[in-house]
Amino acid sequence: MNKSRYDAIIIGAGHNGLTAACFMAKAGLKVLVLEKNDYLGGAAVSLELHPGWTYSNCSYVCSLLRPEIVRDLNLPKYGLQVIPYSGGGVFMQNGDHLCNYNDHDAHRLELARHSKKDSEAYDRYSTDLMRQCRFIKPLLMRMAPDPTSFKPRDLGELAYLGKRFLDFSEAQMAETLRFWTMSVAEFLDEYFESDVIKAYYAGSGIIGTALGPMSPGTAYVLLHHYMGEVDGNIGAWGFARGGMGSISKAMAACFEDHGGEIRSGCGVDKVLVKNGRTVGVVLKNGDDYYANTVISNADVKHTFLDIVERDDLPEDFVRQVERFKIRGSSGKLNIALDGMPEFPQVPKDSPIFNGDMHFTDSIERMERGYDDWKNGTWSKDPYLDMLLPTRIDPTMAPPGKHYMTVFVQYAPYHLANNESWDGANRDAFAQTVFNQISEYSPNFKDMILHYECRTPLDIEREAGITEGNIFQGELTFDQLLFNRPVPGYAQYRSPIKGLYMCGSSTHPGGGVMGAPGANAAREVLRDLGARQTVRGY
Amino acid sequence: MTTRYDSIVIGAGHNGLTCAAYLAKAGKKVLVLEANDRIGGMAITEQAADGVLIPTCAHLLYQLHPDVIRDLDLKVKMAASSLPTIALGSDGRHLKILGETVTALNGADLSAKDTENYVLVMRDLKKFARVLGALLGQKPPHLKNRDWEDTKTLLKLGLSIRMMGRKSMQEFLRIALLNIADQLEDHLENDLLMGVTAMEAVWGTHLAPRSPGSVLSLMYKLAGSLEGTQGGIGIPAGGIGKVSEALEQAATRAGATIRTNTPVKSMLVENDTVIGVELESGEKILAASVASSADPQRTFLSLLGAEHLDAGFTRRLGKIRNRGDAAKINLVLDGLPEFTGLSQQDLAAKLVIAPSIDYVEKAFNHAKYGEFSEHPALEVTLPTVVDQSSAGTGRHVLSIVAQYAPHQLKAGWSDEQRAALGEAVIRKLEGYAPNIRKQIISQQVLTPADLEQLFNVTGGHWHHLEIQVDQLLMMRPLHGTAQYETPVAGLYLCGAGAHPGGNVTGAPGMNAAKRILSRKG
Repeated sequence: MNKSRYDAIIIGAGHNGLTAACFMAKAGLKVLVLEKNDYLGGAAVSLELHPGWTYSNCSYVCSLLRPEIVRDLNLPKYGLQVIPYSGGGVFMQNGDHLCNYNDHDAHRLELARHSKKDSEAYDRYSTDLMRQCRFIKPLLMRMAPDPTSFKPRDLGELAYLGKRFLDFSEAQMAETLRFWTMSVAEFLDEYFESDVIKAYYAGSGIIGTALGPMSPGTAYVLLHHYMGEVDGNIGAWGFARGGMGSISKAMAACFEDHGGEIRSGCGVDKVLVKNGRTVGVVLKNGDDYYANTVISNADVKHTFLDIVERDDLPEDFVRQVERFKIRGSSGKLNIALDGMPEFPQVPKDSPIFNGDMHFTDSIERMERGYDDWKNGTWSKDPYLDMLLPTRIDPTMAPPGKHYMTVFVQYAPYHLANNESWDGANRDAFAQTVFNQISEYSPNFKDMILHYECRTPLDIEREAGITEGNIFQGELTFDQLLFNRPVPGYAQYRSPIKGLYMCGSSTHPGGGVMGAPGANAAREVLRDLGARQTVRGY
Repeated sequence: MTTRYDSIVIGAGHNGLTCAAYLAKAGKKVLVLEANDRIGGMAITEQAADGVLIPTCAHLLYQLHPDVIRDLDLKVKMAASSLPTIALGSDGRHLKILGETVTALNGADLSAKDTENYVLVMRDLKKFARVLGALLGQKPPHLKNRDWEDTKTLLKLGLSIRMMGRKSMQEFLRIALLNIADQLEDHLENDLLMGVTAMEAVWGTHLAPRSPGSVLSLMYKLAGSLEGTQGGIGIPAGGIGKVSEALEQAATRAGATIRTNTPVKSMLVENDTVIGVELESGEKILAASVASSADPQRTFLSLLGAEHLDAGFTRRLGKIRNRGDAAKINLVLDGLPEFTGLSQQDLAAKLVIAPSIDYVEKAFNHAKYGEFSEHPALEVTLPTVVDQSSAGTGRHVLSIVAQYAPHQLKAGWSDEQRAALGEAVIRKLEGYAPNIRKQIISQQVLTPADLEQLFNVTGGHWHHLEIQVDQLLMMRPLHGTAQYETPVAGLYLCGAGAHPGGNVTGAPGMNAAKRILSRKG
C-alpha cells in the first residue's frame, strides 16, 4: 500500500485539530496532521520573537480548556501546567482604581469602596451568572441537536435540552431567556450602579466580538468567557506555563505518543473529492496524501471557500458559508519590557498587576470604541485587556524582565476608504495603545525593548483565521448551537462525505476550549464505527 | 360611593376602551376612568387653531386586530389602507415601495436583482411573521404551570413552525434573533432600499439596524394585517382618532360609563386584593376587578404602590426598558409642500428619510449617550393629502416621527433643547423640500418627555415598553405578571405594556378582557 495513505487527515494543528487528532489516534487510527506554519498550535502558540522572551502571540489566557479533555488526554503528563491567576482591575481616569481580589471578602470590600450597593449586589450577580454557567456547561461537550430533524439522536438531545430547561422554576426560565438575549450593559445594570464596576465585568461581553456592550446578545458572550474552569473553579482563569503554546505542545506530544504523525510547513491546497466522497488532500507543494476521512480545523469560510472546490459543494451551502460572519474586531500587542513598569496611582504590591488590567472605566467609553469600529477605524480610546504573565510565570522572560500581552478591542479588519493595515496604520494603531498605557505609566514607553503588533489582518495571515476573528465566527445567536456554522450542518459533518469540521466555527465556538475538536472526533469515530474514545460527557 | 362596578378600566386609550367594550358586551358593569379631558390616549386627532386636524401622536394604523373590528362591530372608514412608502433620496431620486414591489422614481438606481431579492426577503419575513401573528389574539402561553390553553398554543406554535418545511424552519431559527442589517446586506445592495427597510424594523425602539433582534421587531410589525393586507399601512378617514372614537362608541353602546378628567390617585387594596380605586378628587369607587391600561411602572409603582409587591418583583419592574427614543413633530403649512422629485400624488405616501443603514446607525449612536441626533431618521405623513375629508382648509399638516431623541437627554429637555430638536428636523426636511421653512405656520415638537407628560406614559415610549425578545410574550411586561394578571388579585393589565404590545391594535385590551371574564367565570 501507498505509504501516504491514512485513516484520517487533519488540516491544521490548532488546539482543536490536535484535540481531535489525539482522540482519533487513541482509537487506534492512523492519523496525519498537516500544518501550514513551521510551528504547531494555530492561535495557541508560544514564539520567541525577541531573544529570551516567550510570547503567547495570539491567545494569551487559559480558562476555557475543558477539564475532561485535559484529563482524558492526560495532558499534564505531556508537560501542561496551568497556573491560576487572580487579581486584575481597572485604572481609572480620576486617579483611583478598581482591583479584583480572589478573596471574596476582600473583593466585596473593594467593591464597597466604589459602591456599597454594588458590593451587596455582587453575590446575587455571581449566583445568577453561575446558574447560567451550570445550565450551559453540559452542552459544551455534546452535539447540538438539529431541531428540524426527526432522527432519534436529535430528538433525544432536544429532549435533554428541554428537560434541563424545564427543571428551572418559571422565574429562572424567564431569567435564562432574558439572559440569552440581552446586552451585557443591561444585564450589569440590573446589579450594579458604579461605572467602573460595570466596565470591569462588561469587558468579557465584548472580547472577540463585533458588538458593543449595549448590543443585545452580548450577555451571552460574557457567559462564554466565564465557562472556563481551572482547578474546578468556574470562572477562574490561568496561564499555561511557558505560554499558550504549551497546550499545543502537550497535545502534540500526546498525539505522537499514540502513533500520530504531524507534518508542519505543509499548507493544504485542495481537498480531493471523487464522486461526492473525500479521498485525500493536495498540498501547496504538490504532494498528495490519501484518506477517506479529512477533518478541517480551519474556519468554515477558509475550508469551504478556499480549500474545497466550489463545484464539489451544493450552491446553497456555499451561499450560507459566504454569509457566515467572521468579523475581525480585535488586535494584539506583545511587548518585551526591560522591567516592571510603574503605575503610580496603584500601590506597588497590589494584586492588580497579577491579572487582567484595563483602562476603560465606563461602559460608555467601551461603546464609543465600538462606534469607531462601525466607522471602519480602530478605537481611538480602545478597550485594553493587558496582562503580565511573567508576574506569575517567570519562565517567559529573563529574570527581572517582563513580558506583556495587550489585547485590543476594537480593530476592524476592513479599514474605511480601503486603507491598508500595512505600514503607517499598523504603527499608528500600536501608538494608540502605547499612549493609553503611558497615560497611567510614565516610564512604560522607555521600558519597551521589542514589540510585535498584530492587526486582524496579521492574525488572519498567520493563524489562518478569516478576518483574524479570535472565535472563528461571531458568537451571536444566529451562529450558535444548531446554527453554527450553518443550519443543517452543525454536527461537524459537511455536504461532502468524509469531510468534517473541527474548528471553533463549530459548536460550541471559540476560545482555547478543545470542545469542538473532541466533539468532532466523537462524530467521526461514530461514523467510522471505530472504538469511541471521546466519552459522552 | 353608591355604585359598585364589576370592572374599572384605568385609561381611555384604545386598549382601555377595547377592554371596556368587551367587558361591557359580556354584561359587566364597567367604568372607564381617564385622566385627560378626552379619550383616545396616544391615538387622537386634534384640531389646530385654524381648523386643521393633527394626529398629535400616533399617525398610522398597521394592524387593528380583525377580531376587535368584528366583535365590537367597529366602523372605521379608511382614507387609505395600503399607503406606499417612499424612501427619499437627497438628489430627488427616490424609491417607492408598495407591498413587496419597489419602483425607482426619477431614474433612481435600482438593480433588477435588488427588486427580485427584495420580494424574496419580504416574503420570507412575512411568512415567519404569520407564525407570530397567530399569537397576537391570545394570552401568551406559560412555559411552566401551563393550563390546557397554554399547552394548545405551544403545540400549535411548534406545529406551525414545523409545517413551514425544513429549509424555512432553519431560516426562521437562524434569523429570529439576527440584526436586520446583516439580513438585508446578505440579499441587497441598494443603500436607500436597505436604509428604509432597516428603519422600518426599528421605529419606536431603542434598536439600530445592527442591533441583534431587529429582524424580530420587523417580523413582529408584519405579524398582523390591515383590511386583509399583511404589512398594510393605513390612515383612517378623519384621522387616527376615529379609531378611538369608534371604540368609545362600542364601549358606551355596550353600556360602559366613561369619565374623562378623572385621574386615579391610587388603588384601594384590602386583604391583598384590589377592590377599587381612589380618585384624585378623593372619591372612592369599588369594583370586583380593576384593569389598568396605564404602563406597568405607573400601574404598579404610582397607582398600586410598591408596598403591595414583593421586593424582587419591584426590582425587576424598575429594570424594564421603557425609555422612548421617538419624538413627534407636527407642522402646519400654509399650502402643499414641494418635495424635490415628488408629484402631488406621491405625497399620499409614507415618506421616509433614512438613506442608508449607516445613516440610521449613526443617528442611533447619539441616543446611546443621551443626546438627540442632529441628523435624525424621519417618518413623514401628510394626512391632509391622504385624507380628503380633512383637507379643504388650504392648510396642510406634516406629521413627523423623528428618531433618535432619547427620553433621558443628558442635558435635560428644556425649551432650548426642544427647539433645537425641532430645528434639526426642519433642517433635515429642507434637504428634501427646500422651501418648507417658509410654509410653516405653526409647529409642535413633542419629545419623549413631553409624550410622557401628555399621555401619562412612563418613559414616553410609543409601545409602552421596548419590543424586544426579552419583553415579549410571557415575559411582557415581565415575569410574574404575564397573561394580564398581576401579583395582586383583582388587578389586571390591559395596555400596550402587556402582550402583544404597542401600536394601535386593540389586542392587549381584547385579550385582557377575555382573561378577566374567564377568571371570574
